[in-house]
Amino acid sequence: MKPPSFAYASPSTLAEAVNLLASGNGNAKVISGGQSLMPMLAFRLAAPDLLVDLKHLKDLGTITIGDDGVRLGAKVRWCDIENDRRLVRSHPLLAEAIKHVAHYQVRNRGTIGGSLAHADPSAEMPGVALTCDGEMTIVGSGGTRVEKASSFFTGPLQTSLEPDEIVTELHLPAWPATRRWAFREFARRKGDFAMAGVLLFYDLDHRNCAVDAHIGAIGIADCPIRLSAAEAALNGNAVTEDCIAAVAAAAKESIDPPSDIHAPGAYRRALLGTLLARGLQHSIS
Amino acid sequence: MQVAFELNGDPVNADVEPRTTLADCIRDRLGRTGTHVGCEHGVCGACTVLVNGEAVRSCLMLAVQAQDEKVVTIEGLSGDQLSPLQAAFRKHHALQCGFCTPGFITTAHALLTNEPDADQERIREVLSGNLCRCTGYIPIVEAILDARSHYARDGEK
Repeated sequence: MKPPSFAYASPSTLAEAVNLLASGNGNAKVISGGQSLMPMLAFRLAAPDLLVDLKHLKDLGTITIGDDGVRLGAKVRWCDIENDRRLVRSHPLLAEAIKHVAHYQVRNRGTIGGSLAHADPSAEMPGVALTCDGEMTIVGSGGTRVEKASSFFTGPLQTSLEPDEIVTELHLPAWPATRRWAFREFARRKGDFAMAGVLLFYDLDHRNCAVDAHIGAIGIADCPIRLSAAEAALNGNAVTEDCIAAVAAAAKESIDPPSDIHAPGAYRRALLGTLLARGLQHSIS
Repeated sequence: MQVAFELNGDPVNADVEPRTTLADCIRDRLGRTGTHVGCEHGVCGACTVLVNGEAVRSCLMLAVQAQDEKVVTIEGLSGDQLSPLQAAFRKHHALQCGFCTPGFITTAHALLTNEPDADQERIREVLSGNLCRCTGYIPIVEAILDARSHYARDGEK
């Protein structure tokens, strides 16, 4: 379908963009790459009065890598992450997860800020942000605030963003070179929405046991979730076959995936357990 | 709203509603109907055009977002002669009805321009964003592999 009617503005400063959003009485939306919003408009699932295009905003497209981790500007595109070879070392989980985002053409326009704000339950970027203790910098009429991913995602396509707020940056904490990690997702066709996906990492202590386990899942709930029962089953243990089976069992026990046209909940539960076990096996190989 | 951009090397402008997609603007306002509109929501890849040299879906971009950009459509990729990709598509019978073909050619052109050494696996990965319901992809992949020799890295040609 054709999108519904709306007005369009392309401000040149962040302050101007926020003012435009604030003037929209809750019916203004941000657009940048538009790779999630344009389909929503075409299906008429969204019908904003005003689109505020971030096209002319400077300084939001930078990838910064430092001692405190990785900072991704909101307008960083999937292809920018793919082409930045530093990230393979500085944040391998991010680099791997992003390989699974959508298709070639979409990757040339889709942005991390858009994915975070769109908050699709199956999307990789929200999963990375949540699993890696990411923090979003958010600018609105009330000023600038920083919010943890753990409280940012509130439901399907829902976040804590106010109507006049814009995500400007995602910060992912520093990644130790010795960290063990894995990303696994399953979709029937490459680039499609994942039926289930797992993101995980942990460090090894002096006894070679897992510590600081972080295990996140996408595609199995209203928003990306951390699997705390599975993390608890992994922490303090050597990552053996028995341990992997216990972690996968704990994960499956702790989730209640929805059924839809793509897969019944029981299938998603089994899929998540399998992906988690395979990911853990890969992490020790 | 007035929008002005470069289309296949020529300056163009059009008066469009903000909701007009780049695909509809190119076809309906500017009369270049080589760009095909299939699904209209970013799934089929038939509407792929090049914006500043990058393959993008013109149904997922507003015409007003193309202000001041350089847009190239299938019409811009060949003159009187078939381009190497077009010739390879003919040779390998990489099309039947032809509806999806502009999207495949623009996508493959962007890929081979940036990655002339793309192997079969990479080509297949990139083509996962384009749907063809006639040929079954194998001849399309063969055609693109065949056309690679006409694209070379800067300085190697």
